[in-house]
Amino acid sequence: MTAGLPEVAAAPGARRRRVATILRNPLAVASLVILIAMIVVAVIGPWIQPNPPNAVQLQLTNAPPFTGGYLLGGDNTGRDILSRLIAGTRGAAEAALILTVVAAALGVTGGLVAGYFGKLFDSFGSWVFAVLMACPGIVILIALYTVVGASPNVAMAVLGVLSAPGFFWPVRTLTRTVRAELYVDAARVSGLPAWRIVGRHVFLTIRGPVIILAAFLAGAAISVQAALQFLGLGNPAVPSWGGMLSDAFDNVYVAPVQLVWPGLALGLVTASFVLLGNALRDASQGTAVRQGTHGRRREIKALFGAQAADLTLRTGSRRTTVPRKAAEPGAPLLRIDGLTVAYHSDNGAATVVDGISLEVAEGEVVGLVGESGAGKTQAVFATLGLLPEEAIVVGGSIWLDGAELLRMPEKDLARLRGATMAYVPQEPMSNLDPSFTVGSQLVYGIRAQTGMRAGQARELALSMLDRVGITDPVRTFGCYPHQISGGMAQRVLIAGAVACKPRLLLADEPTTSLDVTIQAEILDLLRSLQKEGHMGMLIVTHNFGVVADLCDRVLVMRSGKIVEEGPVTRVFRDPQHDYSKRLLGSILDDAEPRGAVVPAEVADA
Amino acid sequence: MPEAAAGPLLVTDELRVAYGRGRKAHEVLHGVSVSVGPGETLGLVGESGSGKTTLGRAVLGLVPASGGRISFAGEEITQLPARKRRILAKDVQVVFQDPYSSLNPAMKIQDILREPLLAQGLRRADANERVRELLDRVAMPADTVDRYAREFSGGQRQRIAIARALALNPRLIVCDEPVSALDLSTQRRVLDLLIEIQERSGVAYLFISHDLAVVRHVSHRVAVMYQGEIVELGPARQVTGQPRHSYTKRLWAANLVADPQEQSRRRDLRRSLDAV
Repeated sequence: MTAGLPEVAAAPGARRRRVATILRNPLAVASLVILIAMIVVAVIGPWIQPNPPNAVQLQLTNAPPFTGGYLLGGDNTGRDILSRLIAGTRGAAEAALILTVVAAALGVTGGLVAGYFGKLFDSFGSWVFAVLMACPGIVILIALYTVVGASPNVAMAVLGVLSAPGFFWPVRTLTRTVRAELYVDAARVSGLPAWRIVGRHVFLTIRGPVIILAAFLAGAAISVQAALQFLGLGNPAVPSWGGMLSDAFDNVYVAPVQLVWPGLALGLVTASFVLLGNALRDASQGTAVRQGTHGRRREIKALFGAQAADLTLRTGSRRTTVPRKAAEPGAPLLRIDGLTVAYHSDNGAATVVDGISLEVAEGEVVGLVGESGAGKTQAVFATLGLLPEEAIVVGGSIWLDGAELLRMPEKDLARLRGATMAYVPQEPMSNLDPSFTVGSQLVYGIRAQTGMRAGQARELALSMLDRVGITDPVRTFGCYPHQISGGMAQRVLIAGAVACKPRLLLADEPTTSLDVTIQAEILDLLRSLQKEGHMGMLIVTHNFGVVADLCDRVLVMRSGKIVEEGPVTRVFRDPQHDYSKRLLGSILDDAEPRGAVVPAEVADA
Repeated sequence: MPEAAAGPLLVTDELRVAYGRGRKAHEVLHGVSVSVGPGETLGLVGESGSGKTTLGRAVLGLVPASGGRISFAGEEITQLPARKRRILAKDVQVVFQDPYSSLNPAMKIQDILREPLLAQGLRRADANERVRELLDRVAMPADTVDRYAREFSGGQRQRIAIARALALNPRLIVCDEPVSALDLSTQRRVLDLLIEIQERSGVAYLFISHDLAVVRHVSHRVAVMYQGEIVELGPARQVTGQPRHSYTKRLWAANLVADPQEQSRRRDLRRSLDAV
């Protein structure tokens, strides 16, 4: 049951949107209607049933529907099927309620305590719930029947206890995750007692998955109860769906239609619980309804025109546009011309890259600086053809070495990535796959680009690791990503990026997640590799120090536009645009350090 | 605060912290002694893994000390029972690095800010009034209260986190990399807000950061941590301007400056230091 658990509620402000998502899902709405109807019938049943459910009219035995006063006919002893169905609703609802409440009360409480307090609570709780899980439920229930007799509610409560592990394990895991969040630390520092932290911060955050689990369990409860009654472990004096199914089954050759009614009721209600649970999960995960290419095309065309649709979906040209010969002499290595990238959501369209143009010459290092949200990374991803699926390329062109990247089939672009242009990411750790060794990932990339044999590729990978300053290449080659430091991981990724001698290196905040001393070393490494391979380099960064250290030219980007451009020395000495001035003014480098403490008491007085 | 006027507010004395137990124990602080006076900012710089965050968490009572002592306003707080620790919450508060995970996404800002106040026994109406004051203090609009954290930018969230730290009028705030997740211009504004609050209220900061320039901007004194020990401690001007310890010198030389000529000088200096 733990598989496919939705994420811990991350964005409750989206609650209204989530409700809307559920209401737009026809299956979910139908399920809700059926479940509400069930509850209503369970409550007002005694007043709406047309006949007393246990009253016998012998002349209506096995009567077909619409006979006498029996809308759905009579059963094998001449009782009204509709009335019995209505009367059985309460039992089913009670079963679902009791089992779910008991299971949730035990499992959620246990999971919260074990997950939050850990240590002994965790070992003890895990032991208890593991034992519960090992108990054979149906056997215990049958044994119980011989002791307490036909008491469906007791049976459901016992089954609830046995089902509690279904809540315990996921709640424990989620609680441990939330326990590590800074806001829980902040609550502890605020002086909140533990029970309040668990109740407010932890439970509030994990309640989504709990509700979904409860929906699934309620559906299961009704089936299990019906199964028990079908086996004859119910109270024969009280009408129940399972009991009716059993009666109809005995009667299947005489009046097969009698099986339909209780079967339909059971099927609809259990299906409703499961479907509702699914809808809740989808809504909380924000699983978007996937569009086909045609739908997507139509949408983009309506919003941004046919060209945008062609550029985004790469449908403009089927022809290979990779030129055989080199670009015309004097042309820059990379030229971006009027590139515009937008996103479209329920809140409207947002242009994140707004018609930018830039050039990177062979052997030149260009810095693209700006604050978060300026669109720097989007520009790089557009060049690499690695924009997220939701991004829309509205217009512009990107020329790399004489080939136009935006109007190139994906297959051709893939051939350029790694070979002609390479990429160094911001988060080295998340860009290495934890389940493969460093070496195998490097070899895989090299072989994909060059078609080398494995042995050759391994040699190249080892020599690259050595080149990027890893002291024991053979050892690192066999390491998994978690066995190396962040600085080492970045060296590995740089080794992979430059292994196939690309002519353009795109680096997205390559040193942001590293310590200053490691940052300085990585910048040294990038500088020497750039000189050695005479690469063009486009570095995205928010750090003017990186620009000062490495770049020849700098572009300042703000809200999707390039507001200033020039040689590094000029822009630092004499920024023209107000925004560049403000950014440079925010730098703390030459700020005067604070002097002695002004005594607090004096300040207060 | 009569008793605070005399000595330092916070003192750690040969503080040791180890993670894990028994033979697997791994000590990350090897006897750290620092002090923070009332109204003072002690900057704590070091690389990741140097133990600077652990020192902050030990002061906050989030990790237990395995040796040494921590005292606050003259009273030992190294091992406090949960109830006393909660009373100390009035005096010692925190602003964390990541404004995205330090505010509960499932709660409205109103509830986040009111929580510590209600926990200390304030009446609801008074707490609401105080929340309005706090938001005003950190220059956030009043309608902030009805919104969720996700509706705010990083800088705004950090202002809200600062408001939460200020709620109980603490005498010490542990600031753990409070601006390193923020953009340059936002960074400057948040730092200036912290300084302004200090000048008005006399709160002391234990200010943890990996960034020398940031520490220099806010600190009166600076301590440099390396592999679980303090290697240099002194006035901000000296430690961040003319460092004496070889590690601090290397750190200083590795720190990038936004000036191509100066940066190239630093680079040469760093290489000459590394070559030694």
